[in-house]
Amino acid sequence: MTRVRVEVNGTAVEREVEPRLLLSDFLRHDLGLTGTHVGCEHGVCGACTVLLDGASARSCLMLAVQCDGLSVTTVEGLARNGELHPVQAAFREAHALQCGFCTPGFVMAVTALLEERRGEKLSDDEVREALAGNLCRCTGYQNIVRAVQIAAGSEG
Amino acid sequence: MTSAAPRLVSGRIGDVVARADGGPKVKGEFAYASDLSAAGMLWGHTLRSPFAHARIRSIDLTAALTMPGIHAVLTHGDVPGQKCYGLEFADQPVLAIDRVRYFGEAVALVAAEHPEQARRAAERIVVDYEPLEPVVDAERAVEQDPLHPDAPTMGHGYRRDPRPNVVRSIVIRHGDPNVEGDVAISGVYDVGIQDQAFLGPESGLAVPDGEGGIDVYVATQWLHVDRDQVAPCLDLRPEQVRIHLAGVGGAFGGREDLSIQIHGAMLALHTGRPVKMVYSREESFVGHVHRHPARIWAEHRANRDGKLVCVRMRILLDGGAYASSSTAVTSNAASFACGPYAVENALIESTCVYTNNPPCGAMRGFGAVQTCFAAEAQMDRLAAELALDPVELRLRNALAPGDVLPTGQRVTGSMPVAEVIRRCAALPVPEPEALPRDPIRLPGGAGNVTRGQGVSRGVGFAVGFKNICYSEGFDDFTAARVRLFLDARGELAAEVHCAAAEVGQGVTGVIAQVARTELELDEVTLAPHTTATVGSAGSASASRMTWMAAGAVQLACRAAKAELERRGELGAGDEIDLERVYRHERTTPLDPETGQITGERAHVAFACAAMRVVVETDVELGLTRVVWIGTAQDVGKALNPQAVTGQIEGGTAQGLGLALMEEIRTSDGLITNASFTDYLLPTALDMPPVVSDLVEDPEPGAPYGLKGVGEPPTVVSTAAVVSALRAATGRALTRVPVRPDDIVGL
Repeated sequence: MTRVRVEVNGTAVEREVEPRLLLSDFLRHDLGLTGTHVGCEHGVCGACTVLLDGASARSCLMLAVQCDGLSVTTVEGLARNGELHPVQAAFREAHALQCGFCTPGFVMAVTALLEERRGEKLSDDEVREALAGNLCRCTGYQNIVRAVQIAAGSEG
Repeated sequence: MTSAAPRLVSGRIGDVVARADGGPKVKGEFAYASDLSAAGMLWGHTLRSPFAHARIRSIDLTAALTMPGIHAVLTHGDVPGQKCYGLEFADQPVLAIDRVRYFGEAVALVAAEHPEQARRAAERIVVDYEPLEPVVDAERAVEQDPLHPDAPTMGHGYRRDPRPNVVRSIVIRHGDPNVEGDVAISGVYDVGIQDQAFLGPESGLAVPDGEGGIDVYVATQWLHVDRDQVAPCLDLRPEQVRIHLAGVGGAFGGREDLSIQIHGAMLALHTGRPVKMVYSREESFVGHVHRHPARIWAEHRANRDGKLVCVRMRILLDGGAYASSSTAVTSNAASFACGPYAVENALIESTCVYTNNPPCGAMRGFGAVQTCFAAEAQMDRLAAELALDPVELRLRNALAPGDVLPTGQRVTGSMPVAEVIRRCAALPVPEPEALPRDPIRLPGGAGNVTRGQGVSRGVGFAVGFKNICYSEGFDDFTAARVRLFLDARGELAAEVHCAAAEVGQGVTGVIAQVARTELELDEVTLAPHTTATVGSAGSASASRMTWMAAGAVQLACRAAKAELERRGELGAGDEIDLERVYRHERTTPLDPETGQITGERAHVAFACAAMRVVVETDVELGLTRVVWIGTAQDVGKALNPQAVTGQIEGGTAQGLGLALMEEIRTSDGLITNASFTDYLLPTALDMPPVVSDLVEDPEPGAPYGLKGVGEPPTVVSTAAVVSALRAATGRALTRVPVRPDDIVGL
């Protein structure tokens, strides 16, 4: 067992874990943060996307011990004081989800994208390119692209 | 009414209403089946067959039972009741008995403290297999030894077909199939195996109730039919098995059949502890049925003016190892073989066979996808042969109310085929884009290292249609229960119970909209979906759930309102609680020999869609970019327009996937690409914007005139995308998914 110290959604967490434990399993099973979903277990679908020190990462492709000393943000850590994060609010408003299984992964990927490109106007092509690492089986992506533009302030 | 005057309500029928589950889903708080847990929970795992066809000589559990953390290792001998189950025919063993018939068939179950312990113990189970020659060629299957010698699907009012391995065959003979036209076009078309590929893998939690019964929390499409299959296998009464809907991560037909329901319950009852099961993605690929692969031989005869005079089609579907819903898919493929066209003469034969390939069953479009691809390819070729505009050819043959279908059924309801064709054809197509350009807008995207020298543009068109609701005499009904009471503030409130499975399509929103509209109340809550408190809702399938749930909730609400008016008012602690069952107009079976209707109708209603697609194809590299899609769909009445367009966009993406990339590949029955690395799904870069025009032509027999909307876009989009590819490449492209090699001509 190895000791791992991470900050998860703003709270310091310290646990003994097996070195082989995946970050996704650590979040879901050890910490009970089931909003991070596992859809393919090998980094294709993006449902398990989280932020590591603000950058998006696939939690199914990482070990919990690799996050020692880092800050992890999951979908549960985005809302503030009961208010949805603007990306969450945009997904809800734009009907950018149906079954919603992929939604937390998209929300995290978009949060990282908009942080990185803060203040810039993104074309739909740029949005689609940025989202091409996340799979959605229900929506056909159109409303997801719209949600990103709403969250980016490009569309009201 | 009560003392409170009716208030202005929001979220009625026809309004754009945000999803009620949108908040929890964007916050990560919505509990999917894979997120559930219970105190003292064990983890279940399934040992599956590595062979497509083998005899089981023996199973040795000794080593597995001694592994750490193991609480149970079960085989077919531990199935308490009936040994086989099935959606329509109980032909599939709960756990393999003496033979496995497909790759991934369940053989044994393990329960352990930790999922890895369960997996490792399963590896220690020693199964002595004697491999058998697999039946993998659908055309040869009817001459090979039967995989089910007792022919479980025969003798149910279907045509007698003595050939081995026939699941069902149907012949529709209409008019004089020997009539000749001025021209004849014939072709052979192939459709690969498509997977539903819902993102939330199969999972659930089974909890023993301590009195011999079981509660199963599971992602499914039809709670009550799950219960009716689970209970006999557990040797329990139906009321001892309560199925509760857990959060569903997509379905698309792939959750009609059972997955973990019986297995999880067996482990839970055996150990006396809650048992959770979650499939991996690889296991999910063998854990549910797929879309039937098909080979279709078609001949279209027409006069010089473009009028179709006769359609002849032979459809061969590979059903895989077990029946699932193959009998209904076989019939549906035949019913919609001609497309939404008036044809006075037709001969259609549709046959589904058992093989040792992956089992197939329901997937969005249900038989109509395969035939639409073939029939629309034929219509394009006919237009070319006659030098007619493809849209004009379709208009000249468009089915209309009053016309007669090949089954002899007269169209009595809404059938705006000409309208969807005209509206779709009127959508402005974008201008061609100049070269050179940003590689992201080239076929193949950043992978295309040319300057676009090989890019060719094509515009395609297709029309498709499909039945709404269950057909052929099936007793199709939905129950809803409404409770009226005074809330804590003394105001009238309603609670609605309906077991309609919310699979992402938004039926819970529809239920709330109907209840608010009918009761003129804001305070409407939905009770959890369960078999425990309300009757069956039927399946979230066949584009029926919105229609049927709306019908049932409307009936129950109106009855509750009438009761409230009778009583005058409700006092504190009083309540009105009643349940109503809604049925659509009855259908009757097709004649087993002629395929003709035996009553007024075999299908209760239809929905059609037209689609125009622009593609760019790099004909040197075999790469494709779908540039634009425009569609007009017959929706009856859009209850929530935002949700309707969402269904159209998502359904279109699935048809695009079948056209261009999605296929389960097999080798001697073994799936060779059971992962999202190797089974490709459309991404945001593969899927263009879709312009959707909603054609509202009310369906007379349906609540509010609505039609189901989920399937028509999937039916038509595969055909429309390939039509555009043919225009771009000049190639026949008779097989989907179209591969780069097919485009280049290798």
